[in-house]
Amino acid sequence: MIIPNYQHNQSAHCENGTVSNLLNFHKLELSEPMVFGIGSGLFFTYLPFVKLNGMPGTSYRIMPGNIFSNMTKRLNIKIKSEKFSDKKKAMDELDRTLDKGLPVGLLTSVFYLTYLPKAYRFHFNAHNIVVFGKENGNYLVSDPVMDNPTEISYDDLVRARFAKGTMAPKGRMYYPVEVPVPTEKEMQTAIVKGIRNTTSDMLNIPFPIAGVKAIRFLSKRVRHWQDKLGEKQAGLYLGNQIRMQEEIGTGGAGFRFIYAAFLQEAADILRQDLLNEASADMTIAGDRWRDFAFNAGKICKGRATDDITYPMLADILLDCADKEEKVFRKLQKISA
Amino acid sequence: MDKEQVPQDDENLLEGKFAVVKYALDKNGKYVKVQSVGWEPENVALKQAWEVINEKVEAARKKVLSGEVSALAYWIEKNQMDEKMVGDYMGFSKWKVKEHLHPKTFSSLPEDVLKKYAEVFKVTIDEFIKVP
Repeated sequence: MIIPNYQHNQSAHCENGTVSNLLNFHKLELSEPMVFGIGSGLFFTYLPFVKLNGMPGTSYRIMPGNIFSNMTKRLNIKIKSEKFSDKKKAMDELDRTLDKGLPVGLLTSVFYLTYLPKAYRFHFNAHNIVVFGKENGNYLVSDPVMDNPTEISYDDLVRARFAKGTMAPKGRMYYPVEVPVPTEKEMQTAIVKGIRNTTSDMLNIPFPIAGVKAIRFLSKRVRHWQDKLGEKQAGLYLGNQIRMQEEIGTGGAGFRFIYAAFLQEAADILRQDLLNEASADMTIAGDRWRDFAFNAGKICKGRATDDITYPMLADILLDCADKEEKVFRKLQKISA
Repeated sequence: MDKEQVPQDDENLLEGKFAVVKYALDKNGKYVKVQSVGWEPENVALKQAWEVINEKVEAARKKVLSGEVSALAYWIEKNQMDEKMVGDYMGFSKWKVKEHLHPKTFSSLPEDVLKKYAEVFKVTIDEFIKVP
């Protein structure tokens, strides 16, 4: 059976895309940037003491799951969300929900999603997909990062839903049960809340591991990576930073372009021009992050020159920090 | 980033299965979604990550062949896991997994344990007990 009227739309990012596609089915059309913005998804954190696969923890977005919870809270959307300890119960409940004509969001491990290209299958347990049908024992999957729907077998989906490791999905499934259509005022309020939350995250957290301060902290560290770690390890750290910034899911420049797109949409709904200015400034910041990745890539490939050095990369990061600070100081002036 | 600047550096990492979405500006200065098959710095970083994994897998394979460790060591690296994760799948502690890395202990493991390990790594028992 396939749920009719379910429309698969491709997005940059799985959490945004899953939420957007599920809400779209329930007649609330919100773009990926709008979901990301109201959900306050944009962030930056650098945690050198938290090692993931031997690399310092770094992220350009808030904790997985929080975009979804922020969004639903701010738009009064009611969700049914469940996790399971029993694999059969989890799959039966999925089938039952599909039979009711409801597409379902699932948390999965990328490692076990057999339809993804091998090069991208690492142990990452916070990948969101929508299942919208079942045929011949295979589930029909709307994976937001892919351009078209695809399929996965029962056994592989069980593995993906019950993978072990950090942030294990534990069979979690979720779907909207009540989706009110917001008034223009409610949309404006939700957008302002989203922007204020992100602005606070980026400017007001009093530790150098979060927000703009963390970008400057990373810069300090990067400056000395080669001296402190040696060429090979420093190169691996850079590679990790590039991947966290650009690998499938960020839409380019660590979500900065998605956020700039959100600010453009918000400018129309709030009718405040400072949002268009902030969007343009965010694009400039995003382009600078791309410069960082571009030059870092050269060092990783062994194509460093006299001009492309770790201190040079550290300077680009300081510039990124300044440019982002400009955006958020501007957004502090947004009116409710 | 403008639409025309969205890179298309194809190194077949996506295996032709799809292209990812990036956000870029159209000629009216509005953000649109643009598909991309890859960007060189991303491709470099991703390949670098796989080199590290492949080196670990090959090192494990050699140690298995020289009799230092059991075949389990190879399959752990091949699946990007560690003893703790494997222990979680098997339902026992990482210390027990480490014991099974000793070739002697491994060779006397009962069939049902071997079956369970093979299941974790998605291979047959015959494939599990040796390395390619």
